[in-house]
Amino acid sequence: MIRVTCRAASRVLYPGVRCFSGGEVTEDAPEWAGAPHLTKQASLYVHWPYCLRRCSYCNFNKYIPKKNNDHIMTKCLQWETETLLQLSQVSCITSVFFGGGTPSLTHPSTIAAILETVSRRASLSDEAEVTLEVNPTPSGMSKLEDYHRAGVNRFSIGVQSLQDEDLESLGRDHSSQDALKTIEEARRLCPGRVSVDVMFGRPKQTVESWERELSELLRVCDDHVSLYQLTLERGTQLFKQVQCGQVTVPTEEETAEMYQCARKTLHQHGFLQYEVSNFARHNSVSHHNMSYWKGEQYIGVGPGAHGRFVPLGEGGVFREARTQTLEPDVWMREVQQRGHGTRRRIQLSHLELLQEVLVMGMRMTKGINHKHWRLFSPQIGLHKILGASMDVQELLQSGRLILDDRGLRCSWDGLALLDSILPTLLVELERQILHRPQSVC
Amino acid sequence: MSLSLVKRCCETPLIRRVLQFKMFRRRIQSCNLSYTVWRHRWMKRLPVISSSFRGMSSQTDKDAVDLSKFPADRIRNFCIIAHIDHGKSTLADRLLEMTGAIAKTEKNKQVLDKLQVERERGITVKAQTASLFYSHQGEQHLLNLIDTPGHVDFSYEVSRSISACQGVLLIVDANQGIQAQTMANFYLAFEAQLAIIPVINKIDLKNADPERVESQIEKVFDIPREECIRISAKLGTNVEQVLQAVVERIPPPVASTKDPFKALVFDSNFDHYRGVVANIAVFGGRVKKGDKIVSVHLGKTYEVNELGLLRPDEQPTQKLFAGQVGYIIAGMKDVKEAQIGDTLCLQEQPVEALPGFKPAKAMVFAGMYPMDQSEYPGLRSAIERLTLNDSSVTVQKDSSLALGAGWRLGFLGLLHMEVFNQRLEQEYNASVIVTAPTVPYKAVLSSAKLIKEHGREEITIVNPAQFPDRSVVSEYLEPMVLGTILAPEAYTGNIMSLCLSRRAVQKNMVYIDDQRVMMKYLFPLNEIVVDFYDLLKSLSSGYASFDYENADYQRADLIKMDILLNGRPVEELTTIVHKERAYSTGKAMCERLKDSIPRQMFEIAVQAALGSKVIARETIKAYRKNVLAKCYGGDITRKMKLLKKQAEGKKKMRRIGNVDVPKDAFISVLKRKEK
Repeated sequence: MIRVTCRAASRVLYPGVRCFSGGEVTEDAPEWAGAPHLTKQASLYVHWPYCLRRCSYCNFNKYIPKKNNDHIMTKCLQWETETLLQLSQVSCITSVFFGGGTPSLTHPSTIAAILETVSRRASLSDEAEVTLEVNPTPSGMSKLEDYHRAGVNRFSIGVQSLQDEDLESLGRDHSSQDALKTIEEARRLCPGRVSVDVMFGRPKQTVESWERELSELLRVCDDHVSLYQLTLERGTQLFKQVQCGQVTVPTEEETAEMYQCARKTLHQHGFLQYEVSNFARHNSVSHHNMSYWKGEQYIGVGPGAHGRFVPLGEGGVFREARTQTLEPDVWMREVQQRGHGTRRRIQLSHLELLQEVLVMGMRMTKGINHKHWRLFSPQIGLHKILGASMDVQELLQSGRLILDDRGLRCSWDGLALLDSILPTLLVELERQILHRPQSVC
Repeated sequence: MSLSLVKRCCETPLIRRVLQFKMFRRRIQSCNLSYTVWRHRWMKRLPVISSSFRGMSSQTDKDAVDLSKFPADRIRNFCIIAHIDHGKSTLADRLLEMTGAIAKTEKNKQVLDKLQVERERGITVKAQTASLFYSHQGEQHLLNLIDTPGHVDFSYEVSRSISACQGVLLIVDANQGIQAQTMANFYLAFEAQLAIIPVINKIDLKNADPERVESQIEKVFDIPREECIRISAKLGTNVEQVLQAVVERIPPPVASTKDPFKALVFDSNFDHYRGVVANIAVFGGRVKKGDKIVSVHLGKTYEVNELGLLRPDEQPTQKLFAGQVGYIIAGMKDVKEAQIGDTLCLQEQPVEALPGFKPAKAMVFAGMYPMDQSEYPGLRSAIERLTLNDSSVTVQKDSSLALGAGWRLGFLGLLHMEVFNQRLEQEYNASVIVTAPTVPYKAVLSSAKLIKEHGREEITIVNPAQFPDRSVVSEYLEPMVLGTILAPEAYTGNIMSLCLSRRAVQKNMVYIDDQRVMMKYLFPLNEIVVDFYDLLKSLSSGYASFDYENADYQRADLIKMDILLNGRPVEELTTIVHKERAYSTGKAMCERLKDSIPRQMFEIAVQAALGSKVIARETIKAYRKNVLAKCYGGDITRKMKLLKKQAEGKKKMRRIGNVDVPKDAFISVLKRKEK
């Protein structure tokens, strides 16, 4: 069942740009969807929902398969990719990301098949970034070369920790040795395009042990590091263990300290932080992820995958937030029987789109420059939205927020407190967008 | 006090009472008791002219009930008093059934408890009246039963009822024995010099020990054990004996139909269709439909539209005669027109006013605010409707920067407040924020200018904002109560420490039998209004009972305490405290605030201060890191939802200096604790 939430009201209220030229009135697409590259291209996320086992901290959408459905799943992913590409009418896919679940459980032919499908429907340049999330197990490692041959040109390796006992308690199915070997193999195949994921704030971790671990990692890693603070998610095994006192995790003070330490250490090693959790040297940023933070279109394929794009194929002019059916078996059935696996479509209002652009953009160290903002909000600039607010002034004076000729961004200190800053910005944004008089260009 | 009691007792015609009192006085004189009882002695001072009634019974009335057949000597006015849950309303049910006022069915459970909260809590909030016809030794008698609330908060209801009675049934649970409210109710009846019939109820229970309860009654109340009637109201055992005792032991009212009409308003209700329904006790003469009557207090004239008996439902009659109790509807539009204690008389025959009741005085105040300001009008009309039937609640408009527009309501006591709140929620479906209760303090002014301004030397302070500075005050006063605690001996140690920690002074301690102890303490009212009763119950495994009565004001070292956030005072949290309790109160408030103000990007100092002196401090640490680690394409929806909620919340927060304080924080500090 698709639920279409119509936003007729917002369509009426929204001051679409009407251009008067030579007495002719042409109603254009909305200003913020109007910038051509915004609707003509998109990145593609493909979700492989299966895992071999459940990690103790993970609440992500993943399933331990009862029987091997890989073949059908592959077919369905292909069909759905075609369907959504057709719907979005994008001419160019800028990057592809295979995430999960554990996508490195797939047969390399699945990856090849999906990439072929993409190429058939849209242009996918050879230079386009194609990333695969890899679980650094021996079997994962053995397939890297085949994945590479299938078209993957960037690996993101879920190292998580270099401490074997921690890996075990987190429920991971690899050892630190496996991780090191996998990194090595990946770097051999895609030099300069390998990322490692590590996690801090783990049970029993201290600031000192984290620092040691990080330096060890820096000796072996390539040019990209993602650092994630372990978050206790409801419903996970770890959450229960912490709740009943079996396991203790570092205090907020300690994890804040770990974060700051890591930022400094990475900086010293030439890794520039370009987002809250992402660091790169030699310009090896993840283009796929950057496109999320820049508010560009993306298509999500696979159980539970999210997308944000204008469905030009059915005459749409507004960006939609789309979600695919969560449960793999149901998703596959829907794709097979109904021809698509989209469960929910919500049209984003102008305000909602700007809210997402703001929230995502502020995660980048560069923040949102004026040109970037104008793509989405040609009529009302950042200064106009934020300049008059006392609360924003306080943030600027405290040195946590910067608003200047370049644009809006967090300071080094401010970035760690982004979630305390955003509500203030959102309040101002809403006030300015909803209360500004309708204007016609 | 003792002296005045002696004087009054000498006026009583019954020797037994004098004896009873003397013995009683012997016990209580050591504890310097002072009771506040409003009573109507006039009833007993009137000359007895009951013999003159007989001749009037020949009068012909077309009433279904010919009330003229009931001269004063065939009338008994009585009420039932008891500790909560000792079976008062169940006995009332049986009496109603046995006299045919209601049909005998299984469903008769506390017929007189009409309110939902009464049935739920097993207490009676509002006194109800029922007239019963009972044949004793071949003669029809009219027995007027006034059911009373069992809790001290409603003792004004009890005293109202008592003023219309000549006798009481004092019910004691055969298992639990005498409890704190048994004591309080006994004193009320005793001081009003009513005939007291002790009734031991629930003798059918497995653990019933009527012997022991009889000894307690003998020891504590000086009532011979032979006078106790053992019953089971539930099963109806010996209830007939109770009716007989009512006729035999309770004296008839002293009133004459030959006197001019004179009646006391002892209760009133509001009916949306008919206006005010006043319950009256006729002390002289007669009144009939169409009579022009005057409210002596207001001087207003009304025409009687309807009158009759309460059985317990209204049963119209043509007339009401001296000595009888009933209702009257006379076109009064507002309950305030039928003030409790007012006297009614005929327009053409003015009489002197009966000594009215003292108006019930609010002793516990609490703020009430709608959850959302949009609910204000609804809550206002709900409060208005409730106060129509409960004139003892005082209502004042109030407003708080944090909670918006609301009211400051005055209640007689804590249960009264709770019951009011529950009725508001149940009967009017209104959700309210109720602030922690406070008590009315007083200040004796020393500044001539202020005295002139207020027009008096002593002022009452309900709102901390009006607390006058020490420099213009010669002394502050706080309300005191005399608390009675009854508990098994094993808990006395714990109870005594609890009382001491509440600034209480022990006045008396008596063993009422070999296991149970009665303790009397003088408490500052403020010390018991919040959680005292709950603590007492929990440290005595539920066995202790507690009751209190007002005991005037005492000098106290009061001081105004401010709560500061990063140095800025938070107006709505200013509190008046006793100096000795400032630290613990301040600390508790700071802790509650600390737990309910979300962490911010900077450190927040939460302080309690007396003037410029900080006495307690809590620190809300600054966030060092507050940012979602992973935020990619699939995470946006969830993250946006969360952020929008925070942004919405932020709009509703109150800014104090640079600190955002959510409404919930105020609620958690101001609200009384959840049970």
